[in-house]
Amino acid sequence: MIEVKNLVKRYGSHCAVNNISFQAEEGEILGFLGPNGAGKSTTMNILTGYLSATDGTVRINGHDILEEPNEAKANIGYLPEMPPLYPDMTVREYLDFIYDLKKCALPRAKHITEICRVMKIEDVYGRLIKNLSKGYKQRVGMAQALIGNPPVLILDEPTVGLDPNQIIEIRSLIKSLGKHHTVILSSHILSEIEAVCDRIVILNQGEIVADDTAENLSAKFSKERRLEVRIDAPAKEVSSLIAGVPGVEKVAVLDSNENGATDLAIEVAEGVDIRRDLFERLAQKKWPLLYSKPSAMSLEDIFINLTVRKNGGMHQ
Amino acid sequence: MSAVFRREFRAFFTNPVGYGVLAVLFSVSGYFFYLYNLYSGTADLTAVYSGLFTLTLLAAPFLTMRLFSEEKRQKTDQALLTAPVSLTGIVVGKFLAALALFAIGVSITLLYAVIIATQATPDWLVIIGNYIGLLLVGGLILSIGVLISSLTESQIIAAIGTLAVSVLLMSIDILSTLFASFSFVTAIVEFLSISSRYGDFTSGLIQYDNVVFFLTAQALFVFLTVRVLDSKRWN
Repeated sequence: MIEVKNLVKRYGSHCAVNNISFQAEEGEILGFLGPNGAGKSTTMNILTGYLSATDGTVRINGHDILEEPNEAKANIGYLPEMPPLYPDMTVREYLDFIYDLKKCALPRAKHITEICRVMKIEDVYGRLIKNLSKGYKQRVGMAQALIGNPPVLILDEPTVGLDPNQIIEIRSLIKSLGKHHTVILSSHILSEIEAVCDRIVILNQGEIVADDTAENLSAKFSKERRLEVRIDAPAKEVSSLIAGVPGVEKVAVLDSNENGATDLAIEVAEGVDIRRDLFERLAQKKWPLLYSKPSAMSLEDIFINLTVRKNGGMHQ
Repeated sequence: MSAVFRREFRAFFTNPVGYGVLAVLFSVSGYFFYLYNLYSGTADLTAVYSGLFTLTLLAAPFLTMRLFSEEKRQKTDQALLTAPVSLTGIVVGKFLAALALFAIGVSITLLYAVIIATQATPDWLVIIGNYIGLLLVGGLILSIGVLISSLTESQIIAAIGTLAVSVLLMSIDILSTLFASFSFVTAIVEFLSISSRYGDFTSGLIQYDNVVFFLTAQALFVFLTVRVLDSKRWN
C-alpha cells in the first residue's frame, strides 16, 4: 500500500510536483497519465527514495521512505524510465547481483529461473546486456524489479520498446501481478492505462487534475454531453434550426459520409436532453433523422481536455 | 555492501581498467626489482617500494574514476539507491573493491621478498612496514578518487581530477621550502605530507599517528562521498 500526502518537489523556483496526495491499496493497479514533464517520473523517483521530496510524506506499507528507507525500499520493486542495467554484465550476473543487493531470502536459483521464465528472457540468460535488443533490455529491467517479489511495484513506462505481442504479454502480466501487489504504472499510451489500470491519476504541470476510475472519469466528463446526428437536410438551414433548440450550446458541421445528408456534432448544456425536442422540430420540417448517438468522451478526450486547458478543470 | 563489493571487483576484469592497472603495477615493479635487486645484487627492497609509492599515486586514480561517474551516466544508480542498502554500504563496498584490486597489485612485492629469501635474509619488518604503508597511501588516494568520481558523470574528469590531487599531494613538500618563512604553512605541509609519513613506514616504523592519519583521512573522504550522494537527492 502506498500513501502519498502533500508531496512537493521544487528545483530552485521550478515546481516539478506541486502538493499531490493519493493512495494506492493492495490489489490495485494505479495508472499515472500525463504529458511529458507533468511530474510522473519525478513522483515515482520520490516514491522509491531515489529523490527526496521538498515537502510531504510517502509511506510504503506503513514505512516512511525518509525515516525507514531500508524497510520501505525492501517493499518496492522499481523499473525506472531507463532500465538500470550494467552493459558489461550478463543477464545472469546482473540478476544475481540484484538478488544480493536486495538481500533476497527466496531460494536463489528457483526464484531467478521463475522470473526469467515469466519475463521470457531465458534464451538471453548468458548474454551480455549491452548486446541485447531494446525489448530484451526492457524485460530484464522488469525482471530486476520483480526480484524479491516485493509487494509494491512501481513501473515507469514498462512497455516502451516492446513489440505488440510483448506489450500484450506484459500487460497481462501486470494485470495478474496487480491482484496481489500494489502497482503504479505510468504510460503515455492511453489505451494501455485504460486496459490495465483500476484507477487513473492524471497529472498536469505537477498537479493531480483527476483521480478516478476510467468509467467514472468518462461519466463525469460526459456531462458535457455530445450528441452526434445525421440529418437528411441542407447543412446551413439544419444547423441554424438546431442552434435554436433550448439547451444547445454549440453546433458543428462535420464531414458527411452520405450524399445530401449533414453530420452534426451538438454540445448540450449539463443535464439537458434535447433528443425529443429535436425530433419534433425535424418532423415539422420533414427532415429525416438518419441516426443520432450520444458520444461519451474517450479517455483520450478527457486527457486532452484536462492537460491542454490552462486551468485544468477539476482541481480536487 | 558485499553485493556492491563483489560486483565492482568483478567489473574491474570485465573492462580493461583492472588488467591495465595490474599490468602496470606488476611490470614496473618487476623492472625495479630486476634493476635494483637482481641486477645490483642487494636484498634491500626499499628502492622497489619507493618506486611503487610514486606509481601508486599515478595509478590509483584509474581504479576509482568509473565507480560513481559511470553509475550516474548509465542511470544504474537508480537500482543502487532504491535498493534496501545504506549509502555508506554502497560507498564502502566500492571503495573496498578498488582497495582490494590495488592490494593484489602491490602484493607482487611479497613475491619478490620470497624470491630474495631464497638467496639472502630480507628485512621482513621493513617489507611489512612498506607494504602496510603502500596500502594506506593507496587507500587514501582511492578514497579521494571515490569522492571525485561521485562529483562528475565523466570518467575522464574523475581520473584527471584525482590525478591532479595525487600530484599535488606528491609535491606538497616543495611548498614548505617555498614558504619556509611562514611557520604555519610549514606546519600544515608537514602534517599533510604523505611522503614523509610514508617515509616512516619504509624504515619499518609503524607509528600510530601515521596509521591513524591515513585511516581517518580515508573515513573522511568516504563520509564526504556519502554526503555528496545524499545531497544529490535533494537537488
